[in-house]
Amino acid sequence: MAECHPVGFQWVMEAKARGAKVIHVDPRFTRTSAVADTHVPIRAGSDIAFLGAIVNHILSNDLYFADYVKAYTNASHLVGEDFRDVDDLDGVFSGYDPETGKYDTDSWAYEGETEHAATTGPTAHADDQDGDDQDGDDHDGDDHASTAHEGGVSPGGESEQSESSRGAAHELGGHGASVEHQQIQRDETLQHPRCVFQVLKRHFARYTPELVQQACGITPEQFLEVCEAVTANSGRDRTTAWVYSVGWTHHTVAIQYIRTSAIIQLLLGNTGRPGGGIMALRGHASIQGSTDIPTLYNLLPGYLPMPMAGQHDTLAEMAAGIASSSQKGYWANARTYVVNLLKAWWGDAATEDNDFAYDYLPRLTGDHGTYATVMDMLADKIDGYFLVGQNPAVGSAHAKMQRLGLAHLKWLVVRDLNLIESATFWKDAPEIETGELRTADIDTEVFFFPAASHVEKSGSFTQTQRMLQWHHKAVDPPGDCQSDLDFFHRLGVKIRERLADSGDDRDRPVLDLTWDYPVDEHGEVSADAVLREINGFHLGGEKAGQALGSYLEMEDDGSTAGGCWIYTGVYADEVNQAARRKPGRDQSWVAPEWGWAWPANRRILYNRASADPDGKPWSERKAYVWWDEDQQKWVGHDVPDFEPDKPPSYRPPEGATGIAALAGDDPFIMQADGKGWLYAPSGLLDGPMPSHYEPQESPVANPVYRQQSNPTREVFPREDNLQNPSGDEPGAEVYPYVFTTYRLTEHHTAGGMSRWQPYLAELQPEFFCEVSPELARERGLEHLGWATIVSARTAIEARVMVTDRVVPLRMGDRVVHQIGLPYHWGVGNEALVSGDSANDLFGVTLDPNVHIQESKVASCDIRAGRRPRGPALLDFVADYRRRAGITTETGNQRRTPGTEGATS
Amino acid sequence: MSLADTGPGTGLPGFRAGAEGPAADAGWTDRPARKGFFTDTSICIGCKACEVACKEWNGVPQDGLFELLGSSYDNTGALGASTWRHVAFVEQRKPLGGQRTGVTDLGMPAFDKPGAVADPDERTDFRWLMSSDVCKHCTNAACLDVCPTGALFRTEFGTVVVQPDVCNGCGYCVPACPYGVIERREGDAAHVPNVGVAQKCTLCYDRLREDQTPACAKACPTESIQFGDLDELRQRADRRVAALHEQGVMDARLYGNDPDDGVGGAGAFFLLLDEPETYGLPPDPVVTTADLPSMWRRAGLAAAGLLAAAAVAFVGRSR
Repeated sequence: MAECHPVGFQWVMEAKARGAKVIHVDPRFTRTSAVADTHVPIRAGSDIAFLGAIVNHILSNDLYFADYVKAYTNASHLVGEDFRDVDDLDGVFSGYDPETGKYDTDSWAYEGETEHAATTGPTAHADDQDGDDQDGDDHDGDDHASTAHEGGVSPGGESEQSESSRGAAHELGGHGASVEHQQIQRDETLQHPRCVFQVLKRHFARYTPELVQQACGITPEQFLEVCEAVTANSGRDRTTAWVYSVGWTHHTVAIQYIRTSAIIQLLLGNTGRPGGGIMALRGHASIQGSTDIPTLYNLLPGYLPMPMAGQHDTLAEMAAGIASSSQKGYWANARTYVVNLLKAWWGDAATEDNDFAYDYLPRLTGDHGTYATVMDMLADKIDGYFLVGQNPAVGSAHAKMQRLGLAHLKWLVVRDLNLIESATFWKDAPEIETGELRTADIDTEVFFFPAASHVEKSGSFTQTQRMLQWHHKAVDPPGDCQSDLDFFHRLGVKIRERLADSGDDRDRPVLDLTWDYPVDEHGEVSADAVLREINGFHLGGEKAGQALGSYLEMEDDGSTAGGCWIYTGVYADEVNQAARRKPGRDQSWVAPEWGWAWPANRRILYNRASADPDGKPWSERKAYVWWDEDQQKWVGHDVPDFEPDKPPSYRPPEGATGIAALAGDDPFIMQADGKGWLYAPSGLLDGPMPSHYEPQESPVANPVYRQQSNPTREVFPREDNLQNPSGDEPGAEVYPYVFTTYRLTEHHTAGGMSRWQPYLAELQPEFFCEVSPELARERGLEHLGWATIVSARTAIEARVMVTDRVVPLRMGDRVVHQIGLPYHWGVGNEALVSGDSANDLFGVTLDPNVHIQESKVASCDIRAGRRPRGPALLDFVADYRRRAGITTETGNQRRTPGTEGATS
Repeated sequence: MSLADTGPGTGLPGFRAGAEGPAADAGWTDRPARKGFFTDTSICIGCKACEVACKEWNGVPQDGLFELLGSSYDNTGALGASTWRHVAFVEQRKPLGGQRTGVTDLGMPAFDKPGAVADPDERTDFRWLMSSDVCKHCTNAACLDVCPTGALFRTEFGTVVVQPDVCNGCGYCVPACPYGVIERREGDAAHVPNVGVAQKCTLCYDRLREDQTPACAKACPTESIQFGDLDELRQRADRRVAALHEQGVMDARLYGNDPDDGVGGAGAFFLLLDEPETYGLPPDPVVTTADLPSMWRRAGLAAAGLLAAAAVAFVGRSR
């Protein structure tokens, strides 16, 4: 965090000064470790083993917060009889289909739920969709539809069959999974063998300190030290927070990492309470904002899912797909949120009669995420492409595939501060040197538009705490530079001019858009007006024209409009609430008048859980929101995340649905049963509970069971996406080391904002690899010399940094070496500093829930000296592949050969 | 004769600050409280925001080549004409008080070149120190003493500043600095400002005159660099050292805070976690002009003696 979020880290340092203990778990000793109380070196990709063992420690030593767990989690809910755990099925949960590599999740349901609405599994929350570590903006591959690549392998291109099967997969937003709650059976004593609590206890029983040593390379002593620190600092009087970033999210089991942490926080009562929670450090500036108002192809603003062709042909079908009509909670109002979005976009053209112009919304027909799109480029299915603040030629996993894909386009628009590698690949990509690309053969026409920086435009940043902070334009952008807002506004104006005379129905969605934003004297559109449209306003009634105060004012009859329901309130009272800058010292410690946090300026979500079931604070020290008997309402330091006047004693009447169905002690108001989920009966595609799987490429065999990797991960068996053998597979010894990638404080992601700045470039001028003295000796690497790092895709070279900050990990009877690779550099002629890109080493393999790529860990070899130049580089890499016996099958079988039901 | 032997204000004007501080000695009558930096390296996270903010504000050019130095994460090397704040990174095989790291096998401290030793069993404990260095703005500043043009002057804030348009580039100040801070800037005058003249931190004199915090302290996210009235900073530093000792960080000590040290106390002082040498700081800096008065006196005596001897010789001969 000190390394990548130094400004936010000031609060960690302040907490430390006030007595907080800071524990840093990281493969390397970083700038965070330097000031932490404890540094725990861990093998990259083994976090579920580590976190799962903490869960086991809590459960087997009765260290959980019993009152909280019983009242606020689904610990007492009974799981159906058909559920089978991974221990029974050789590493998969019940419902696994080895043919498709997917789960039928019906058997994971609560007892008595024969069917529930979410068998297709909506995604979990948005905390997974962070692209900051890969590129300047989001969308580096977290946006794929689900996939099923059981069709034949085709060289360089996937089969029609596999594409269409991905097209048929789920497309759901960030809403919670739905269940038919009325039938849930409970055992309040938590003793029933099939209650969630007991299921959880059995599941995590094998996650022992010894397993931690074996899987993570962490000693039992140090592991127990962490357990004791975390549990001692949790309970009525104290809370512990977990902070993570893409070290947890860029994995084929990414969601389950965060799920394990969520289980710990629920068991210890650290959710919905001050000082607790799980903080996802989003990328710089506004990555959080770019999922709220998404740059993801499968989401609409406010985590509403993009409709699928054939499944969501009417507004009613789409709304029904988001939430079951009989479930609890606020998602039951999904239709209202969609109607308001449609009214914001299409204004008067959206009427009750035409389903509020629902048919103007594009429909998904398949996977249009980054990696699928690149593969489509290679198949010449894509003509044009916009890159806005993104440098995939350096920043995306398998950056070589990205560069080769760009060369297939007819046109490419690049908007950036500098002439980045993604704009100049046609003349200086590494593939020019190897002969894989020839400038004369590349027909891509590149349009470069210089962008305004954040000080040259007004707008909002939404940071990690969901807080919007407004920044005012300080200076005019130089020359032709313009803001993204101005660019897209003018582009829209031009397109609409071109289409003005069109009688074609397909042009109506563009022509009917509300595109009437006020502009200043330079013709530049007002960002403030856009924020107001996002907030929403009344269209009819006596308040017509006034800004909405909260999403609760939204109507589903077309009398209100709002572009993003979760942001409603940011323009309440016609004031840009995000621009508030009242100093913390002049207000309460929660500082509600600094900026504005969604939803409803609430700083801690689910804060009903900060009070006990009777509505009293769990302790005076941790008092946050509580029920005031005299006023008969919820009061406190923050905006209560609960109906303001619903008493703790409220119990819903029989047959109640939606918000009315939430009991007075159901704090998790967005969950379909009002409870925090220790066990996910639906919603996830790769298991109701986290289970340790090795990364896609790992020199270590899974110590838990024979199943090596996530059996539902998305694989792309292509000649241009070959994978290293792993674990016990023959050839794994050819790539014996683990490498991980990361950022350095001095640079920004793929370097577009930093490698052109002399003051930053001089601070970290060259690509280097960090290795331990032990590995250096083993491989003859010299400090400041050169090393070549090899994967099945390519080989790159880096200067060698030998440092004690990298520690060889003792895992049982073997030692595993890790190599650290900062990924800021790229090959090109425009930047002040350049170098090989670490992301070239990765292949493309994705998590099944949110389709994020595994780009924080893989295996490799390292040897002293520089890499071969020109075509010799290809031979060099091919020779490694021959030695390892790699084919397109390698690493791409979801079920590990030899396990029960494996199909190879 | 060492400075510690004499009390402040003992009649060596120009070389010793009086009780009113250096600004008073420089003739500032209407002066604010002396300003300075307290750099608490125990909370430095090595982000180098100070280096960048300093360069941005003061228009300091890029420093040298884009070259990996291999000294941990430090690639600017040292303070110089074009690096007015410099963050040192020190990787050490010794424990940080109160910290536990994953490798705890205690062994002998190593002095080998990285990579020259060992297997995991020989690993020792480990810590990574970071420290942002800067001009000390000495109470008794030798650079200022030796400057023949008056380009270096003492400001009303008690700081020492170069006027580049007055400096003639003689370079006397460069060896005079006991810390090796000040330097003449080199480079191509067509592209680089102030080539050939002495350059160093001004403690953002322009910002101070506008009642603004210097750029480095303003940019520091963890408040490792603290700016303020020197007297108050010294008290704060004493409290911080005591707190760290209480937490078991027994290595914590102050550097440059003592008005009785060899430079009469620094305007920019530090909390360090090891010997000053570890960070590239001189352990016992002495203002290089400290002995000038006595040297002049002795030189005078010697001259008088020689004159007398000569006179005696002449007298003798004439006899």
